[in-house]
Amino acid sequence: MAPVLELRGITKRFPGVLANDHVDFTLEEGEIHALLGENGAGKTTLMNILYGLYTPDEGEIYVRGKKAEIHSPADAIDMGIGMVHQHFMLVPVMTVTENIVLGAEPTRFGPFLNLREAAEHIRELSRTYGLEVDPDAYIRELPVGVQQRVEILKLLYRKADILILDEPTAVLTPQEVEELFEVIRSLVARGNSVIFITHKLKEVMTIADRVTVLRQGRVVGTTTPAETNEQELAAMMVGREVSLVVDKAPAQPGDVVLTVEDLHVLDDRGEPAVRGVSLEVRAGEILGIAGVQGNGQTELVEAITGLRPPLHGHIRIKGMETTWATPRRFFETGAAHVPEDRQRDGLVLSYPVRDNLVLNTYYKPPFAMGFLIKEKPIEENATRLVQEFDIRTPDIYTPVSNLSGGNQQKVIVAREFSRPIDLLVASQPTRGLDVGSIEYIHRRLVEKRDQGCAVLLVSSELDEIMALSDRIAVMYEGQIMAVLPAEATTREQLGLLMAGVRPETLSQPVETVEES
Amino acid sequence: MSVQDVAVQKAAPPPTPTLRPRRWVAALQSLVLPLLAIITALIASSVFIIISDTELLALWRDFFAAPSIALTASAEKLRAAYSALLTGGLGDPVRIWEGLRTWLATGDNTAFIASLEGIDRTLVYSTPYIFAGLAVALGFRCGLFNIGAEGQLFVGALASAYIGYSIKGLPMIIHLPLALAAGAAAGAVWSAIAGVLKAYTGAHEVVTTIMLNYVAFRLSDYLLTGPMKRSGFNPVTPPVEPSAWLPKLAPDPLRFHAGFFLALAVAYFVYWFLWKTTWGFEIRTVGANPNAAKYAGMSVARNYIIAMGVSGALAGLAGTNEILGVNHFMAQAFSSGYGFDSIALALLGKSHPLGVVLASLLWGFLRAGATRMQSAAGIPIDIVQIVQGMVIVFVAAPALVRMIWRARFLEEEAETIFTRGWGA
Repeated sequence: MAPVLELRGITKRFPGVLANDHVDFTLEEGEIHALLGENGAGKTTLMNILYGLYTPDEGEIYVRGKKAEIHSPADAIDMGIGMVHQHFMLVPVMTVTENIVLGAEPTRFGPFLNLREAAEHIRELSRTYGLEVDPDAYIRELPVGVQQRVEILKLLYRKADILILDEPTAVLTPQEVEELFEVIRSLVARGNSVIFITHKLKEVMTIADRVTVLRQGRVVGTTTPAETNEQELAAMMVGREVSLVVDKAPAQPGDVVLTVEDLHVLDDRGEPAVRGVSLEVRAGEILGIAGVQGNGQTELVEAITGLRPPLHGHIRIKGMETTWATPRRFFETGAAHVPEDRQRDGLVLSYPVRDNLVLNTYYKPPFAMGFLIKEKPIEENATRLVQEFDIRTPDIYTPVSNLSGGNQQKVIVAREFSRPIDLLVASQPTRGLDVGSIEYIHRRLVEKRDQGCAVLLVSSELDEIMALSDRIAVMYEGQIMAVLPAEATTREQLGLLMAGVRPETLSQPVETVEES
Repeated sequence: MSVQDVAVQKAAPPPTPTLRPRRWVAALQSLVLPLLAIITALIASSVFIIISDTELLALWRDFFAAPSIALTASAEKLRAAYSALLTGGLGDPVRIWEGLRTWLATGDNTAFIASLEGIDRTLVYSTPYIFAGLAVALGFRCGLFNIGAEGQLFVGALASAYIGYSIKGLPMIIHLPLALAAGAAAGAVWSAIAGVLKAYTGAHEVVTTIMLNYVAFRLSDYLLTGPMKRSGFNPVTPPVEPSAWLPKLAPDPLRFHAGFFLALAVAYFVYWFLWKTTWGFEIRTVGANPNAAKYAGMSVARNYIIAMGVSGALAGLAGTNEILGVNHFMAQAFSSGYGFDSIALALLGKSHPLGVVLASLLWGFLRAGATRMQSAAGIPIDIVQIVQGMVIVFVAAPALVRMIWRARFLEEEAETIFTRGWGA
């Protein structure tokens, strides 16, 4: 039987980049085929070609044995190909039903919507596939995991049977990931075929029937989880051996550097985002804050670093009151901040590497004398840091927008780590980076800890938190659920805490934080 | 395999930081696009020159009967038009040569001086454009769209005229700087109002500066017909004392004055301010990425006010230059929209002081040539405005120029920030 989908020799060039280089890919009916690769390996380009968003320069696509011309997402949907994007395409103020029918609205008597029938159909679909959703709920009221189900229902409603899931687990809790995997299994059990795009090795090993690894636009190989292991997949992905574990000695905690007391912070909409957080970070330890995105971690970090004035509570750095400090005051206490969104906050993309490396120290000697900028020290600083931190850039005058994500992050790391600091606040320091850069940044973080720096690490990647932290604080709906020593904590425990299960119900809560 | 081994394996040859040459290439490359835009605009405008001539149009109607007649007549028309533009804006090389020979032979330099009128006009017209263009460019660098340069220009002119005529008996070395400073300060205060509103209330500067323009126009109407009116019928101020004049640097009938050199000096100052001082670094950072600026500990609000203030001071100097250098009194119609044209100039000059100077020279040249085009070739003066408009269209739509000239190599430049959308 012909495969349900076959890509032959797909090549796509962008100015200066060969995004896909003669990629062959087949998807059998009822199969979960993982597409594994680092960011920039060409996974998304390939899927966008399949979904009709790009036209390939070379190559052919066969759907159920027939040659297909896909020029738009509409063509793709007609052929039964559906895609769930990494960022959901839902209208928050509309109901589930309205979102699902959007673009294919059922009508009666001319232009009048027939939503009741649609809702019935959706209910039926969700029963069949075990996708529990209330068709009348509003999207904005649904948790992310459920929103994702709505996206999948949208495809099923349009009768897609080839489903592309682009990094579907990025925004989910471990429990939600489990549920998603159940859904995917039930999808393929009913004859659908799934392409699962990811850069997470564990997920591939768990869910995939087969896995194809892409590197620099080329297919490195196709294998099955049974025939391989994580180490081997990582090596295929990166092109060299990688160490998946972080070597670190036991922490030697010193004095308290950062104190947060009963902190309350509002988010952009004026809703309470941080609700009474208290924590301490000591010199020479990494405190990891785990939690699903959007549980107040962003606001907590912004309050600590001076970007967002807290409502009330206290923040102290080395005993100095910094509750309503400006970002400059925060830096001048000897603190550093690796911001969550490096392109939005951490860098000026149009600026050369040179200027980004002094973005928050430009006004101090030796980079400035009074109000005069001293170019020579700035350039010496840049040349030195580019070498020391192995920033891959043609020269120090290249705008950072031309650098890869990993090298952009290295610019920030170089700038923040090269100052004498006692406190480091790192938020999602490896988000979207390739394995090589992740490894590098992890090593630097541990190095800072060993030099006696207090590190507050915020990450939604549980693996990262577990690999780096000495203590782990779990944040849920603006509160710290528990603070646990890393070595005595399991993924399952953290997963439950991240989902809001009270620590009292856990088997071994070691050190809980009293609620205020 | 340990972490250290990985690091060794990864160590690529260290990047060798090259020195400047690349940047010069980049600078030259950035000139290509505006030049292509200008050429495209001239070609497109040729069509309008032909269409605007009814006789030519008639010949084109008979194109298939006698194609050569229509073509040669059109070519002749265009030749006349563009040579008039060139001689009007730069001078007639034959006349200049003849004038120079007479001067050397007989010592009579009147013919030579008269022959320089074209270039004289270009430079004199360019001067206010440079000031005003710098004003808008500096705003753009901070992510601000100062659409109120015209109003700031008016208050600058009013202030300098007032200082110029009301104080008598001062030596020039005090009076002229005082009048200049008054013009700059008035412009600065005027635009800083918009800056403060933006910084503390978030009011969009496009709205506030437009409104401040009207206030400035009506304020000047009031002052010129009332408190600042000279005795007599016309609503103009009394003449500015010669001690406050920008010194004239060429004999009559030429009007070339020191304002041009002042403009060049100010352009250099703006460059220095933006790229060599920490203030400029902050302004550019706020313009390029306000979030990163805030992260880096800069005060976005303070920089909005400073940038708006400096921008207004520059616009104020544009008005001041006209009063102290050209008119020597203020009338209601003293500005021919310099403040509005300056937006185009900042765009054309890519918000870089050097670019603004070059763009302003082009604008001054087109204005100087336009008069001549009308008198010598009978082409309506509006055609030049069409040329100017076309230049802007093609500069603002670089993709279009790239498409027309198949110049795919001209990439988008990274550091050209104009302004963010509404409410951003």
